[in-house]
Amino acid sequence: MQFMLLFSRQGKLRLQKWYVPLSDKEKKKITRELVQTVLARKPKMCSFLEWRDLKIVYKRYASLYFCCAIEDQDNELITLEIIHRYVELLDKYFGSVCELDIIFNFEKAYFILDEFLLGGEAQETSKKNVLKAIEQADLLQEVRHLIKITPN
Amino acid sequence: MSDVVEKTLTALPSLLSLDSQPGSAKLSSTSKLGNLIRGITELTSKHEEEKLIQCELSSIKEQVSSPNTTMMKELMVRTIYCEMLGYEASFSYIHAIKLAQQGSVLEKRVGYLAVSLFLNESHELLLLLVNTVLKDLQSTNLIEVCMALTVVSQMFPKDMIPAILPLVEEKLNHPKEIIRRKAVLALYKFYLIAPNQVQHIHNKFRKALCDKDPGVMTASLHIYLQMIQENPEGYKDLTASFVTILKQVVGGKLPMDFNYHSVPAPWLQIQLLRILSLLGKNDQSTSEIMHEVLDESLRRAEMNHNITYAILYECVKCVYTIHPKSELLEKAAKCIGNFVLSPKINLKYLGLKALTYVVQQDPKLALQHQMTIIECLDHPDLIIKRETLELLFRITNAQNVTVIVEKMLEFLRISKDDHTTIDLVGKVAELAEKYPSNHYTYAPDNEWFIETMNTVFSVGGDMMQPDIPNSFLKLLSEGFDSVEEDRKLRLFAVNSYISLLRGEPGKLPQRFLQVISWVLGEYSHLRADLEPALVLRLLAKLLDMKNCSSETKSWVLTAMTKLCEGGSGVSVAQQVSETYGSSLDTVLRQRAQELQHLSQDSELRARVLPRGAGLDRSLTYCHNLVQVDSSLSFLDGFVSEALAAGAAPYKPPHQRQEELAGTKALSLEPYGLSLPISMSSCITDRQSPTLLSMSSGLSATLKLDGVKRVWGREGYLSQKEPVEEPAQVEVPSPLRSPSQQGEADSFHSQTPSLTPTPESDQEKQQLASSLFVGLGSQSSVCLMGKSEPTTQRFRRKAKGHSTASSTSEQVSNSVISPPSTVDNLLCNNLLDSNITSELAVSSPQLTSRLSQGLAATNGTCDTDTELPESDRKESKPAVIRDSYVVAADPAPHEDPDRPKDLALSSHLPAELSELSHSEITHLCTNQNLELSVCHVQKEDSLLLIVFISNSSDSAVQQILVCLFSGVLFGEEAFTCWCDVVGIVSLLISRVCCRPLTVSTEEYGTMWLAFSHDTKQNLTLISDGQEPLTATLNVLKRRLQLHVVEIIGMEGIVACRLLQDQPCLMHCRVHAGTLAVWLRSPIPDLPDCLIYHCQRALQGH
Repeated sequence: MQFMLLFSRQGKLRLQKWYVPLSDKEKKKITRELVQTVLARKPKMCSFLEWRDLKIVYKRYASLYFCCAIEDQDNELITLEIIHRYVELLDKYFGSVCELDIIFNFEKAYFILDEFLLGGEAQETSKKNVLKAIEQADLLQEVRHLIKITPN
Repeated sequence: MSDVVEKTLTALPSLLSLDSQPGSAKLSSTSKLGNLIRGITELTSKHEEEKLIQCELSSIKEQVSSPNTTMMKELMVRTIYCEMLGYEASFSYIHAIKLAQQGSVLEKRVGYLAVSLFLNESHELLLLLVNTVLKDLQSTNLIEVCMALTVVSQMFPKDMIPAILPLVEEKLNHPKEIIRRKAVLALYKFYLIAPNQVQHIHNKFRKALCDKDPGVMTASLHIYLQMIQENPEGYKDLTASFVTILKQVVGGKLPMDFNYHSVPAPWLQIQLLRILSLLGKNDQSTSEIMHEVLDESLRRAEMNHNITYAILYECVKCVYTIHPKSELLEKAAKCIGNFVLSPKINLKYLGLKALTYVVQQDPKLALQHQMTIIECLDHPDLIIKRETLELLFRITNAQNVTVIVEKMLEFLRISKDDHTTIDLVGKVAELAEKYPSNHYTYAPDNEWFIETMNTVFSVGGDMMQPDIPNSFLKLLSEGFDSVEEDRKLRLFAVNSYISLLRGEPGKLPQRFLQVISWVLGEYSHLRADLEPALVLRLLAKLLDMKNCSSETKSWVLTAMTKLCEGGSGVSVAQQVSETYGSSLDTVLRQRAQELQHLSQDSELRARVLPRGAGLDRSLTYCHNLVQVDSSLSFLDGFVSEALAAGAAPYKPPHQRQEELAGTKALSLEPYGLSLPISMSSCITDRQSPTLLSMSSGLSATLKLDGVKRVWGREGYLSQKEPVEEPAQVEVPSPLRSPSQQGEADSFHSQTPSLTPTPESDQEKQQLASSLFVGLGSQSSVCLMGKSEPTTQRFRRKAKGHSTASSTSEQVSNSVISPPSTVDNLLCNNLLDSNITSELAVSSPQLTSRLSQGLAATNGTCDTDTELPESDRKESKPAVIRDSYVVAADPAPHEDPDRPKDLALSSHLPAELSELSHSEITHLCTNQNLELSVCHVQKEDSLLLIVFISNSSDSAVQQILVCLFSGVLFGEEAFTCWCDVVGIVSLLISRVCCRPLTVSTEEYGTMWLAFSHDTKQNLTLISDGQEPLTATLNVLKRRLQLHVVEIIGMEGIVACRLLQDQPCLMHCRVHAGTLAVWLRSPIPDLPDCLIYHCQRALQGH
């Protein structure tokens, strides 16, 4: 996978993860063009797009668009399921997720993404394992936090 | 999607009315981030947002730089947010690194996240992170180790990999699987950015593959996929392991955790299928290992959920990539059918895509789905339409090209995407140049070609590949076979352009205007009634247009210079030259000066710009070159230096594109003869030679040989004998399988039975018949890439056929099978140097043909027949082509006890018995006839001798011998020769190559003169000796090449075919392989020869 973008129906970027080194200028240009293209598409249309030399796979969940760029030889359908699995993970973590959860806790959304996809490849496909990893990190942080506070 | 998510997400919009109720329960209303976000949503204009963010950023900047700030984590999150909105906050990058370095675990996590979001792997600040990563990798806290590995797997400075590699390697033995998994992914990243850094730990990858945790194993597959992609040979031994893993996964042996919608580990399955398809490609024995598990996968993946479709799709791709097995292919074809027919648009898209992959191997699949394809052409979703066009592009042949091009142009007119436009315009131009004349539709060819190109130029505009207009002009100026046709074409172009200029030239793109002015300058004199002054005035009008670039103006002025004659013409020219004589643009000023001088001195003008000199002069002139050295020999020194320094060899843009497209498609490798494969599939991964020559002809240089060949013959030959074509096409093929046969027939009769939906209207029917014409009858021939040499021969044959047609028709259609099928067979043979084994495979087919032939002649025959081989020298091509019927003298019956070879060889004619002949190869037998062949090598020719022995006791009255040549070379003389070799299609190289003894200097001159080339890497052979010498010796021995000279790591080799057609080879040892570069004046010879070199080296 080359990158993943989350944006709202209004075209506001909610999350971006780039797995290929690009300059900021390019990233902005790509984002702008893609958001425009994807938003212009009608609901019943194909979830795949040929865009430049990449394949774009996108899916809309409520007001949020999840959009991945993959290479030509990659499997479009499995990418669609990667998006879905990510939504499932977010849902499990936040407890019925909504766009606001992602807006206000976007760093958490990033952490979850990093446990699921690493360097553009699916890292862990077991839902349980991903959430366990996140919970452990969260838990440990809180414990540390407590320890740090208590001695004083 | 789970119901819970569905519900929440559909309930979302009500939660989202941020403007009305900013303090939703979900917001952490106290946080500063919350305030910032809410603040932004309340704003109305972009300008206000900018102000707010700038303000926010400067406040953050202030706070982060103050020492002992406790808010660091919070500040960093806010900065990330601002960056996401598109505002730069580079001041914070260093703080992110510091946070990752010094913060508590909580802060570290945010710090690492910020780093991974802000920086990319080439950023210089990343170096500062190395120490932190080192420290965290050694930490006893698992979370810290995880964080470090996570960041490493995303980005790490290449040069610093050795510093942390030992630590990461160590983690492969960590008791926690999450650490092992992340370590594997970190190594994968290292492999991607610096493969040689991790070369020494390949055995550790194997350990990861055998890890007891499925997650770690899955992660290791990323590395394997990559490595196998680069070198499939090195990992064949792992095939069985991958198959076992896949079997276990498919059989549901993994923990339930890995299930996704009750499908076991789909990601893992897909990864494995991709690996297997790479391993099984071109490898029968490896493919056989995986057939069973593929079958299992296809069976298990029941059609109910997207995820099973994903697996099925990958399975289908795999089945079509590896060595084929007919049952699997059948199932895969059914799957593709399900995809294509699915009402779900995503599946339909993938179905089309899969169809595009396989259509070259299996054109009947496209036929099956023709009505669906037609429907997809009118689909409202452009993506579907686009993919359909891609599919059509691959099945284009001379008969449907008009319709397909029309569809493509239709799409171009509505497409707004530049990338698509450029791509499609290139494809249309390619098709138009490949099939410029079209006698199947009754449209005048010239018109169609010029008008198509007009649309290409106006739609493609200034975005298109620059070589499209170039090669168009070259086509126009070099002309084709017939002077009269050339004249007509040019005249038509002139007329068309004049009317365009009279319309609204302001709307035309610059490139098009340049083409127009060149053509008018060069050819407007062809139209006698056209006053040069009129053309001059039209051209002068272009100069006055506002949007006319100075490059175009320079083209226009040049054209005017060619045209300025006659009183009024000169005055227009004078006017223009006065205007531009003082132009600030020096090029324009020079053109204007030239125009002025030459318009006054007509004698000088005639000398400088002789009429009809065509492209060379004009382009030279335009580009201010004194002389065109089309081989660019003055650059040879530079090129060889660059190549020696390891630069990649040059490929023209079209070829590069083709190669990209090539990787997109599935394997086109030869599959042996186990199923009827199209001819195009016989061409190995070097892609179709025709395509290559086509594209090299289209390249930006001035070479034109390819183009001329491609379209000249195609068009005009056919025009001379259009009547005979249909008759040939209709001949049914006895070689095709009955199902195919049926299809082709029903297709040909164009009955409604071939439509899946009887109610579909007639219009679609018509479209279908025009689109899919030629696919059925000539199954393999008409597919893209391979079509024109075949059709060419096809037509030539028709010419000869006319004399013998009555006989052959009377005998039986089945004896003369359509050339396509035989070519198919021949091509397979031709490309295989191991002729005996191939023949063994092909003999059943021959037998069947033979027996049918016999049945038709009622088996009345009593003689051995020898073909009078003297008729078949290339000196008498006409005789050969016409000699479909050879009546033979009765000869004494053979004693069956005598050794066959001896028996037959005694029948060699006296003048040949002295010469060495090859072993007599037994081709096939049925109870009545036996067929054997051998070849005799003469100094100037190669003779094929066919022995037909009759073992029945009835007399043979008449024997019909058909020879069909394999596709060899475009050159006439050589084709004749092929015709003779025909049916056995002897290996060109071993049999016909002769060493060519030249000196290094001669070699140098010849090298520059030859226009067709191929480059490829070959494996080196090293048995003790110096590898280059060893390899060249093998080639010399096996292929009879002449090694001219070996200098250091480079060697030059020369050989020739019969008829003194040379081919030169330049070899260089580079990175463990032998980079060879072949050149020859004959179009496909380099490709052919390289193939045989490969075979020779493999066989060694």
